[in-house]
This record gives sequence, structure tokens and C-alpha cells, in this order.
Amino acid sequence: MSGAEAQKVDVLERTPLYALNLELGGKMVPFAGYEMPVQFPAGIIKEHQHTREHAGLFDISHMGQILVTGVADVLAQLEKLMPGDFQELVPGEVRYSFLLNDEGGTCDDLMVTRPASPDEQNQAYIVVNASCKHGDLARLQRGLPGLKVEMLHDRALLALQGPKAAAALAHFCDAPNALKFMRAGKFNIAQMGECWISRSGYTGEDGFEISVPLATVEKFARLLLTVDGVMMIGLGARDSLRLEAGLSLYGHELTEDITPIEAGLTWAIGKRRRTAGGFVGARKIQAQLADGVQKKRVALRPEGRAVAREQTPILDTEGNTIGIVSSGTFGPSVNGPVALGFVPPAFAKVGTQVQLQIRGKNHPATIVSLPFVPHRYLRS
Amino acid sequence: MSRLYFTKDHEWLRVDGDVAVCGISDHAQHALGDIVYVELPEAGAKYAQGDQAAVVESAKAASEVYAPAGGEIVEVNGTLVNDPSLVNNAAMTDGWFFKLKLSDAGELGSLMDEAAYDAYVKSL
Repeated sequence: MSGAEAQKVDVLERTPLYALNLELGGKMVPFAGYEMPVQFPAGIIKEHQHTREHAGLFDISHMGQILVTGVADVLAQLEKLMPGDFQELVPGEVRYSFLLNDEGGTCDDLMVTRPASPDEQNQAYIVVNASCKHGDLARLQRGLPGLKVEMLHDRALLALQGPKAAAALAHFCDAPNALKFMRAGKFNIAQMGECWISRSGYTGEDGFEISVPLATVEKFARLLLTVDGVMMIGLGARDSLRLEAGLSLYGHELTEDITPIEAGLTWAIGKRRRTAGGFVGARKIQAQLADGVQKKRVALRPEGRAVAREQTPILDTEGNTIGIVSSGTFGPSVNGPVALGFVPPAFAKVGTQVQLQIRGKNHPATIVSLPFVPHRYLRS
Repeated sequence: MSRLYFTKDHEWLRVDGDVAVCGISDHAQHALGDIVYVELPEAGAKYAQGDQAAVVESAKAASEVYAPAGGEIVEVNGTLVNDPSLVNNAAMTDGWFFKLKLSDAGELGSLMDEAAYDAYVKSL
């Protein structure tokens, strides 16, 4: 048999949890320039299910944490670069947004937080994808002259996700009581220093993303893992969790050639921004909002158990190629294959029958609605 | 009395007379991780040694399974269709893939016995 993906190991960076990941039996693979655990001995499926049923801890320290500091209207400044309605954010609110190119294509998707404290209203905190972080930093620095835009090299990032995440974190701070979905604050945790916590994540479950000082993150991760129900989870399960939740992954559903409108993320562009524009890529975004798109992201549920991976051709029932799969995996909670892909709008309606060409054979599939697994965010 | 052989590609076959039961090794299932799908050949299909005969999909990726010797498929393990995790749980027994009627028993000479395979795996 064959198929093991041999990847050339250049000089890879390590997160501050590298030693802990190894100690826990993490199978390390190159990812976005880092050596990251794709799975632990439990395996992807058990890790996935554990997160849905209990709480999963994820090392996401490879992601970029960027702090923008400057003037009182920092949020208005950010609106020049991104289509989010940041000026509508209340203190301590988090918004999902994008950096776009001039053609409306997506350079990165990210989270922007307006700090909660009255003393920090001249700041914005942005969490970006690992693979894009250096480009994002340069783009923000270029686009925000006069503001200080810095990568925070002294902080690491954890995600704690799942129905028991709140109870687990409540052992250490008040964040589970204080925050609802897409809200953030700073919390002092004994011996860990100041942690920046948001109630957010990328699994579809209730949970938190926790920015921890570099010096204490390993200690904190070890402590979290002593809490009943908390288990370390690898990138493999992170991917199947986000895919079942219908969340886009940069490099797959979002690229420089895909606009947020095509990716089904129009909801993330504020109403005021759609009309008023005034952000990089606005002309294309507004044109697509007015005239429609040529391709649209859809969710696919293949019949049977064969997994339609990325790049699998999507065919109509007559056998004409109409699109391509952007992400596909086995969904442990769905107990079957799940996929996201792009097709012309005429084929995007829920219930449309299509075919997926897997290893030369056509397998029937249906366009379905997202998410594959209901979100369980704590909205109020 | 059956004899067990292995390939460098981590298939095994257990030969009894001119029929061989084939599967993937315990080392292979462990390296692949959670197995979620197995695509089996059809009974009656003929393969030369080294031809792709099946596909095994783990949570992460698809891998090809080659015919460890030439012959005709006489039976496939239909249980794997609904319970592919059997390959993880019993790679060397209940998790077999297919049975081959060997066309040339001489091909077995190119394969490893269990001791040689164990040493090979250790060398990887």
C-alpha cells in the first residue's frame, strides 16, 4: 500500500507547547511552517467525539496575534482595510472579518476584538491564520500608516472547546460567567498572568480562545489537562470539527481567488459597509451583491462512505463537470463523509442531486444546508 | 497448514493451498490511524502482483492497497463496508480485505516472512 504524504521538512518553527505535545504522544507534522500535532494516541475520531461530548484543548499558538495601537478611531481605520462593521462593536465584542485584495479575493479571514477596558479604546486585537500572518502584518502596517501594528511574540494561544469547556475554565477565572458568544475580556489567572479570553472558537461548540503569556502557557495547559473531561486535541480533529460546523478554512473555502460572497459569508459584511463600501475590494464585493456570483460555496453529503477529498470533481447528474470540492473528510459526528465545494448558483439549491468523481468512479451526493452538525454557541 | 507472508508495502497474505487471504499489517493500520472506508475489488477481478486492488481511507487520507501476488479475487470481506474500523481492531484476522486464487505460487518467493517483516518495520 502507499499514500503516506512525505513532506519535506524545512526549518520548522515550534510552539511553546511543542514539548508537551510530544510528551502526550502527538504525531507531529509540518503545518503552516510549524511542527504541529495532527493527532494524539486516541486518534482523530475519538478526539473529535471527545470535543463534542466533553472538552478539547487545542494548541493554536501558531496563529498570529496582532495588536493595533494608535488613535481613538482605530476601528474606523480598520474599516478601510476590511469589510467588517467594526464601528458598531461595543467594548469587548469580537467580529469575524477578512482582509481582501483589490479584486475582492480573500487574503485572510480573522477575528477583530474591540478591547473591553475604557483605557484601551485606542487598540484593536486581531487573531489571524498562521499561514497568512506575516503577509497580514505587512498589509496592516502598510494600510495603517501612523498606527503601531505589532505581532505579539510574547503570547501563546489556546482554544478550549466543547460542552464542558465553560465548567473547566471556571476553575481558573470568571470568564465563563462574564462572557457570552463573541465577547472578550482580560482575566487574571493565578500564577498565569493576564489572559485575554474570548468566547469563540472554530468547532461549532461553546468554548473559548485564550491568549496566555508565553512564559506560563505550558504550565496553564498542563493545569487545564488535569481538569476532568479536558483532553488535548490535534489538527486532524480540529479540521473535522470545523468542517462539520460548516466553517470556512483559509486555503480551501477562502483564497485570493474566492470572495467572501462566493464563500457564503455575506453575513460577515455589515449592512452599512455593503452600501457605503470604502474598503479594499469593495467594488467587486458590491458588484457581486448586486449582480450575483459565478460560483457559490455549497455543502455536500456524499452517499455511501467514500470520502470526497479536496480537488474531487463535482459533476451534474448527466456527468458534466460543474465544480470542485474545497474540503472533504469523514465527519465522525455525522458518521459519514462530508464536504464543501464550489458550483454555479444554478446547482447550489439545497436538495440538488450531483455526483462526485472519486478515483474515476461517480458517487451520488446531495447539496445540503449547513451546518452538518448544529452549532451550540452560548449566545445569551 | 497456512503460511504468512508480508510485502514491503505492508500488505499481508496467508496462504492455504492455492488461495491466499490478504489484508494490511497491524503496523500499517496503526500508521494510518482511524480507518473510515475501504473500497474492495469485485469477485472475479484478476490482478497481477503489485496491481492496485483496493483503497483504504483513514480520517486523513486515502491509500492504495496492492495485490501482494497475482491471481483472481474469489471473495471479499463485505463486513468492512459497514465496519471499516475492523481493520484497526483486527488487521491480521477479521479485518482481511480479499481472498485471491494465486496464479503463480512462485511469486511468494519475493515476499517476507513474519520475522523478516518485523525486522523490516523496525528498520523504517
